[in-house]
Amino acid sequence: MPALELEGLARHYGERQALSDVSLELEQGRTLVVFGPNGAGKTTLLRVLATLLRPHAGRVCVLGRSLPQQAWAVRGHVGLLAHEPLLYRELSARENLRFHARLHGVGEARVSELIDAVQMQARAREPLRTLSRGMVQRVAVARAVLHDPELLLLDEPYSNLDPAAVELVAPLIGAGAGRTRVICSHDPAGGLAEADVVLGLRAGRQGLLRRAGEVGAPEISELYR
Amino acid sequence: MRGTVAALLRKELLVELRTLESVPAMSLFAVTTFVVFHFALNRGSVEGDLGAGVLWVTLLFAAILGVNRLFVADAEQGGFDGFMLAPVDATAMLLAKMATLLCYLIALELVAVPAFALLLLGPSLGPSLPGLIGVLALGDLGVAAIGTLVAALAVRTRARDLLGPLLGLPLLVPIVIGGARATSPLLTLAHSAPSARWLVTLGLYDLVFGLIAYALFDFLLED
Repeated sequence: MPALELEGLARHYGERQALSDVSLELEQGRTLVVFGPNGAGKTTLLRVLATLLRPHAGRVCVLGRSLPQQAWAVRGHVGLLAHEPLLYRELSARENLRFHARLHGVGEARVSELIDAVQMQARAREPLRTLSRGMVQRVAVARAVLHDPELLLLDEPYSNLDPAAVELVAPLIGAGAGRTRVICSHDPAGGLAEADVVLGLRAGRQGLLRRAGEVGAPEISELYR
Repeated sequence: MRGTVAALLRKELLVELRTLESVPAMSLFAVTTFVVFHFALNRGSVEGDLGAGVLWVTLLFAAILGVNRLFVADAEQGGFDGFMLAPVDATAMLLAKMATLLCYLIALELVAVPAFALLLLGPSLGPSLPGLIGVLALGDLGVAAIGTLVAALAVRTRARDLLGPLLGLPLLVPIVIGGARATSPLLTLAHSAPSARWLVTLGLYDLVFGLIAYALFDFLLED
């Protein structure tokens, strides 16, 4: 069973078409990297897959369940790392993670394990608003994988992270974790290195869909012109 | 469900405790309004219908301040998305938000009622206090249900600060009427019991809006 099956997916915001006729299939454990200029529909695609937006046309199957009808069954199996960290600024890293752990029915031990994994022990009790953006991103990574999701949706996951932090979060969101991943990226070289399948979006339309070995950085760069 | 509601309520109260954005503003507003009434009415004290009206109108406008802020942190900091990604019933958020607003209202009344008694009320409040607590509790339940519904509706719009009061005030007027009518006999020198008719009216109104909020809340959270 494929982890993702999209057929003619469309989504609009009022008059504006954000996604149109997007079709693809992604096997479990594989990584789909989505490229495209700002406003191409990458974030909208992630939000549809995360069940946060309804598809307006087409067929969307995530982990074998149809959206939006079975959105409730998909929730809890998907981890989303979005532009926004989805964390409360006034709460500490530990309080935020503990809150999300309770929503997902995850124990306290997992919270401590992830705080250690992203090396936030020293600042875990400070309000998030006092932390740097890179630190907040590390906590957001911990939140995204807190419930050990089957599918990870990552919107420019390494933004705000220094090279050491990128190495730190790699075991959690990298290919080695063995999860199915959808990654939005603006970095052709970095994105291609992670990809099994490449999707290029331009103004909401599917401009490119290939296996990673069949596409090079120049073709990706072409999407941005 | 109970664990989810508890987690959400704990988070709400922690955020309020850290930011102090709602309860202090509500309380300060209420006390200031009583001071304004004290001078504007140009009388040493109020009682009966007038006293009940002043108390309930002040509490209503102070409550609107809390209603307007109820979902702001969730909307601005991705709280809705974080919640929607979890395998939990949306009703948990409705119950937690209603409980949060209820806590805010109780905190407000702990400040506002003594201030009202001190600044405006003629007859002593002591003998009427149990009855007043009962009427306030019924009113608070209705304000919590309607306030949560209206706040969830308004928070995703650009004009949320305007839309909240515009939608909320007409729906909350029956609570002010019922609350004031039920409170009026309590604030007289005779300290009469509140009218059962108005208590039942308040209770039914709470029930109806509790059910409406339950039926609609899922649709307000979903895209």
